[in-house]
Amino acid sequence: MTNTKETAKTANSNSNSNKAVVYVRFKDEVLDPEGVTIQKSLAVMGYDKALSVRAGKFYEIELADNSAESEKQLKELSEKALANPVIERFEIQWPGKGQS
Amino acid sequence: MRVAVITFPGSNSDHDSYSAVKYCLQEEVDYIWHQDTDLSGYDCVILPGGFSYGDYLRSGAIARFSPIVSAVQKFVADGGFALGICNGFQVLTESAILPGALIRNRSIKFLGQWAYLRVENNTTPFTTRYQRHQVIRVPIAHGEGNFYVADGQLAEIEDNNRVVFRYCDKEGVVNDATNPNGSRNSIAGIVNAGGNVLGMMPHPERAADAILGSDDGLLLFESLRDSINKRAGEKTSGTVSAA
Repeated sequence: MTNTKETAKTANSNSNSNKAVVYVRFKDEVLDPEGVTIQKSLAVMGYDKALSVRAGKFYEIELADNSAESEKQLKELSEKALANPVIERFEIQWPGKGQS
Repeated sequence: MRVAVITFPGSNSDHDSYSAVKYCLQEEVDYIWHQDTDLSGYDCVILPGGFSYGDYLRSGAIARFSPIVSAVQKFVADGGFALGICNGFQVLTESAILPGALIRNRSIKFLGQWAYLRVENNTTPFTTRYQRHQVIRVPIAHGEGNFYVADGQLAEIEDNNRVVFRYCDKEGVVNDATNPNGSRNSIAGIVNAGGNVLGMMPHPERAADAILGSDDGLLLFESLRDSINKRAGEKTSGTVSAA
């Protein structure tokens, strides 16, 4: 995750840098029944190189702007709603910021 | 005894819970809409089964943010009784009223079938009419009933006798083969530290009359009534309520 703010002041509100992707996945110690089932099915199909599968979710979120406040909200909503800290962890990525 | 049955958009077992209280137990019961916030005058809240808010994000995750759940949090903090059944259990874990989480069944399949449960703790306000280690027959109907909790908290739940029901077979044998969904330690239902909140995946309200195939669940509602009456008696006689 990068925190570059160089473009923040001039970027228009639809800039790609306002788009975040939140990846939510099970913590390593939680067994993922869906991933296990997918892996077994792949093995049946002959894909014997896929030894393990872990399934997860991602959310594409467009923020109003790329202010610190928006980032703060994103982090908070990821913690409180998108992921359940009892079983899951999350990671925020900024695809639009990678190119700058 | 007055019971509030919460209706979320997507609840589908609210009518079953309502009927169990009204017709099987013959006590007062009202539906309470998820936008409401007033639980005054009620002795017990039931969070029913179903698919609240389509179970988007995770089962029970969005319901957690509805106005009534804030009211339920306050209600149980003040010692009120709450029973979360199936999706209601998921709402209780999502809102951290109960520990752990309910994840996808080990088999990935939605399980709609009869289950045998062994009563592990018959001293909770919900289970006094059962014998310890009594085997009861109650249906389950869930895709995400696989109870997960991390090791430390699991030990805490076990050590404090907070496991109320475990999945078993007809003879009461608890092992991996008699565990339908992969729940840790075959846990089917737990209480909070105060003992006034019970969350369980199986449906006692669907086994509250012999005509439904089992009335084993009725004892749970009768136990609850005993507990409410006992508490009312204590209040009238001036003794301090246990809660």
